[in-house]
Amino acid sequence: MQPLIQVEYLVKRYSSRGVLGSGEVVSALNEVSFSVAPGKTLALVGASGSGKSTLALCLACLERSTSGRIWFEGRDIAALDEKQLRAVRPQIQLVFQDPASSLNPRFTALEIVTEPLLVQRKWGTREMHERALALLERIGLSRGMASRRTGEFSGGQRQRLAIARALSLAPKLLILDEALSSLDCSVQAQIANLLLELQSSFVLTYLFITHDLAMAAHLGDEIAVMNRGRIVEQGVPEKVLGAPSHEATRGLVAATPGSIVTPRMPGGL
Amino acid sequence: MRFLSRRLIHAVLVLFGVSILTFLFTSLAPGDYFDEMRLNPQIAPETVVALRAQYQLDRPLPVRYARWLNSVVHGDLGYSFSYNSPVGPLLWVRARNTLFLTVTATLLSWGLALPLGVWSAERLGGLPDSLISWMMAGLMAVPDLALALGLLLFAARSGWFPTGGLASLGFESLSPINELRDLTLHMFLPVAVLVLTALPLLVRHVRAAMAGVLHAPFLRAAQGHGIPRRRLLYRYALPAAANPLISLFGFSIGALLSGSLLVEVVMSWPGIGPLLVEAILSRDLYVVVGGVLLSTLFLVVGNFVADVFLYWADPRIRAGPVAK
Repeated sequence: MQPLIQVEYLVKRYSSRGVLGSGEVVSALNEVSFSVAPGKTLALVGASGSGKSTLALCLACLERSTSGRIWFEGRDIAALDEKQLRAVRPQIQLVFQDPASSLNPRFTALEIVTEPLLVQRKWGTREMHERALALLERIGLSRGMASRRTGEFSGGQRQRLAIARALSLAPKLLILDEALSSLDCSVQAQIANLLLELQSSFVLTYLFITHDLAMAAHLGDEIAVMNRGRIVEQGVPEKVLGAPSHEATRGLVAATPGSIVTPRMPGGL
Repeated sequence: MRFLSRRLIHAVLVLFGVSILTFLFTSLAPGDYFDEMRLNPQIAPETVVALRAQYQLDRPLPVRYARWLNSVVHGDLGYSFSYNSPVGPLLWVRARNTLFLTVTATLLSWGLALPLGVWSAERLGGLPDSLISWMMAGLMAVPDLALALGLLLFAARSGWFPTGGLASLGFESLSPINELRDLTLHMFLPVAVLVLTALPLLVRHVRAAMAGVLHAPFLRAAQGHGIPRRRLLYRYALPAAANPLISLFGFSIGALLSGSLLVEVVMSWPGIGPLLVEAILSRDLYVVVGGVLLSTLFLVVGNFVADVFLYWADPRIRAGPVAK
């Protein structure tokens, strides 16, 4: 099957420009290549500073990569300009780690979910509200909560709201950048189940970025391990975590207590 | 609404307190308006005593304050010794001119500071940003007095602008369009000084506030939805950065006003600046108290306007404190 997104030799360098001309150059991404098939989940794990979040921002085109290609449905989106990108952006949505800061605190839940729809200018106000309310209900927030502002929600509810916002544009690829990390265990499990549900009903492709190996094994069809801006190992969870071949992976596994690999139940949930 | 009514009560209390303090301090200062007469050999000491009694300067302080409060209620604000008329009407005419100057300068300086600051923050560290930063630092380093004198010199040499006053002779006989032109020409220099001195601080604050929110994840998310850049900057980022700026707006009205007093004196603009300086030098007690009170009133009203703005601009304040 043709992959939904295929990344080839993606490089991102940051140069810290000093007062007097050139400073040092940091390579956040170093020739990263991978691909994800439609409807599948790639879990991306790695230590802090390994380049996971930079990769997420580059794929969502919120940061421009220095070189390399990002093939999305057969188009190289890394080469598009801002205007052409606007048509692609709805297809790739990002959910951030901290829902408290990724939601505009001035907006009500309803406004947050309708905000992306407004930009598309395809629907009338009434239709937009209907769509937003339906989506809120789908992700587990009642209609009565629609007029509340983000400050009045709990962490888990906020992350649900952020997911609803990302889904409102009916994206094909959802990038979850440490989306569960700021939540406590029971809420993590709820949101993880919600993600699996949504994946099967909307045929979503996930790039699930985490440092939690157990969660990566639970959600990912494949796991990719990042270290110092490179993907050093990639494969099915049982293989990568059961018999790690790279030193960085062994380090991550050793740092996690208990057994990680619990085979995913047949049929998703 | 409770937010606003509380602020209104605060404002009235502040005015009341300031009136008591200025009254106290001006009477603590040695001497009064009639002291110079005492040195004049042509005026009999009995006449000075009689004059002081007539203006009730020989009465104790609380009594004078109570009488003054009474006259405030009637709109007189006491009596000016040197103009020989109630202070109220005297001040209002001047205050109108001052207000005209400061309101124009406030609007103009914010109208310039907002786009400049946003532009600067958007290209943080880039060439336009550094250029603006250096220019603003330069402007900040020039004292307003030097700036005013420099512009006056320029006006006198070039002859492009009148060097003082509010209107030309024979202003009444001009057609409306020429009246407007005459007024604009007269206003240009004082407004320019006020705007140029206020601008650096405002631009820096707008830039800092915007730079703080531009990298907020919710803006990134909004950008990810394909929201156009300009809309992102002015509809999303600016409101998020607005709260400290709105408070600064109230403060800037007060700052422009006190800057305006100086500019008015240097450029002989018939506002409350020259009136107040004269009154202080001749110890025209009630004019001083009235002038100080008026400045406080402007400041308080400026802050109140900022509060109303804040209330209107931030839905979270309107909704009241959130139970968590």
